[in-house]
Amino acid sequence: MRLEVDITGKTFRSAAGGTHEVLAPVKFALQSGEVGVLIGPSGCGKSTMLRIILGLDRDFAGHVARPPEARIGMVFQEPRLLPWRSVEQNVRLAAPDVADAKLAELFRILELEAHRDHYPGELSLGLARRVALARAFAVEPDILVLDEPLASLDDALAGRLRDEIATLVASRPVMTLLVTHSLDDAVRLGDRLFFLSPRPARIVAEVPIGIPRDTRGEAEIAAIKASLAQRTQGDRTERDAS
Amino acid sequence: MQSPETEVLRLLSFALFLAIWWIAALLVGGAKLPSPPAVLQVMIAEAASGALFLHLGATLARVALAFTLAMSVGSAIGYLMGRIKLADRLGDPWLILLLNLPALVVIVLAYIWAGLTEAAAIAAIAINKLPTAIVTLREGTRALDRSLDEMASVFAMPRWRAFRHVVLPQLAPYIAASARSGLSLVWKIVLVAELLGRPNGVGFEIGVAFQLFDTPRLLAYSLTFAAVVLVIETLLVQPFEARANRWRPRAA
Ligand SMILES: Nc1ncnc2c1ncn2[C@@H]1O[C@H](COP(=O)(O)OP(=O)(O)O)[C@@H](O)[C@H]1O
Ligand SMILES: [Mg+2]
Repeated sequence: MRLEVDITGKTFRSAAGGTHEVLAPVKFALQSGEVGVLIGPSGCGKSTMLRIILGLDRDFAGHVARPPEARIGMVFQEPRLLPWRSVEQNVRLAAPDVADAKLAELFRILELEAHRDHYPGELSLGLARRVALARAFAVEPDILVLDEPLASLDDALAGRLRDEIATLVASRPVMTLLVTHSLDDAVRLGDRLFFLSPRPARIVAEVPIGIPRDTRGEAEIAAIKASLAQRTQGDRTERDAS
Repeated sequence: MQSPETEVLRLLSFALFLAIWWIAALLVGGAKLPSPPAVLQVMIAEAASGALFLHLGATLARVALAFTLAMSVGSAIGYLMGRIKLADRLGDPWLILLLNLPALVVIVLAYIWAGLTEAAAIAAIAINKLPTAIVTLREGTRALDRSLDEMASVFAMPRWRAFRHVVLPQLAPYIAASARSGLSLVWKIVLVAELLGRPNGVGFEIGVAFQLFDTPRLLAYSLTFAAVVLVIETLLVQPFEARANRWRPRAA
């Protein structure tokens, strides 16, 4: 299973008739079992790119080849839960075939057991995000798309949730596309990192990480981050010089 | 639902109404305004002969049919107009026409074109309710949260499941509001339709009472009808409306 993205451009037209170029040509491919990470400044067009890749926005130039039968699990930037359904119903409506045992395990890993019967209005943002994660994993996706799943959570919770995502991603063969601002999250979770420019987004650097995810220790992670920092530093001085 | 104080106040208010009525009846005289016991007597006599229930039943059946027809057709059209731009553009002039057509005109035309039939009466009542149902549901459909539609589409929810669990709960408050306003409209129009072209029903009886200047009979029928309307509104419509808004975090 392979995802091929070849977007040649995306422009929003405003009601006043003006245009707003959001994506420059962007081309990459992802294999099953891989975790691709999109890293870029806020507003550069990451969520727009995800909507195009998922087929929610068809008004763009270029081509996206998505395996037609692929099951998709998505964590949107906002949790997008149904406020009139309980936590458990929210998950089951997206994943009607999920086994009780599987659901129980997901709720245990994400520490949602006490909240099964709560309604989204009663949950904190952190909890709502975890419900969105549970929903995305419950469908047993072939393609998992995570749009800043750890943003605006405190560090301790973000760290725990990141480990949970790593566990869940490792537990089955799934192609993952993660959007984040955090280099730390990217290096801990990703196999291939795509650094994006400010709007209109294009890929300024594609960095594969050689060490498999499960053998990456703190020392390796620090080393990768240091080399990446050097690299972006280098880019910046280059740009400043020109 | 309501505090005991409110209940007591309501009863007091009702007692005051009866008292004023009674005093006014004594001042004006029984021919123009009969006293409460006189009206009650007619009510009991009509109930005993079965006529009261026959006419009430006929009216309620017309209300139920016309209301169901207008609500289902109106909701479907309103939903389509809210979802599809072309349907909205095509339907809008018709909607404006219907909204501005006086109820009496619709009823008279229906009787002229379709004869003094049951179908004509029910269609005329339904057509009067139709445009407001359309407008309310169109507004509700326009207010639907597109981001939840996207969620349903990404997770490949089948159409019906998405409609039932994603769309319908968002429309429920609009359906409830439309049902409530629609019912109060239908109550009024059904009497006119009966007066003009039906051989039974509360409206027909009121017409007869009017021709004979039989005020006790007129009041007996209209007050019984008002009481039935009140009971249906509090026992059926209000709980439905509360249920439709239940998940909302204490909104008005
Ligand atoms: N529906 C839209 N109409 C017009 N402009 C949009 C729309 N959606 C997003 N944008 C604009 O596109 C740019 C990229 O948005 P987005 O993809 O959400 O950024 P990111 O996810 O990288 O923070 C922003 O400048 C935003 O204002
Ligand atoms: Mg975004």
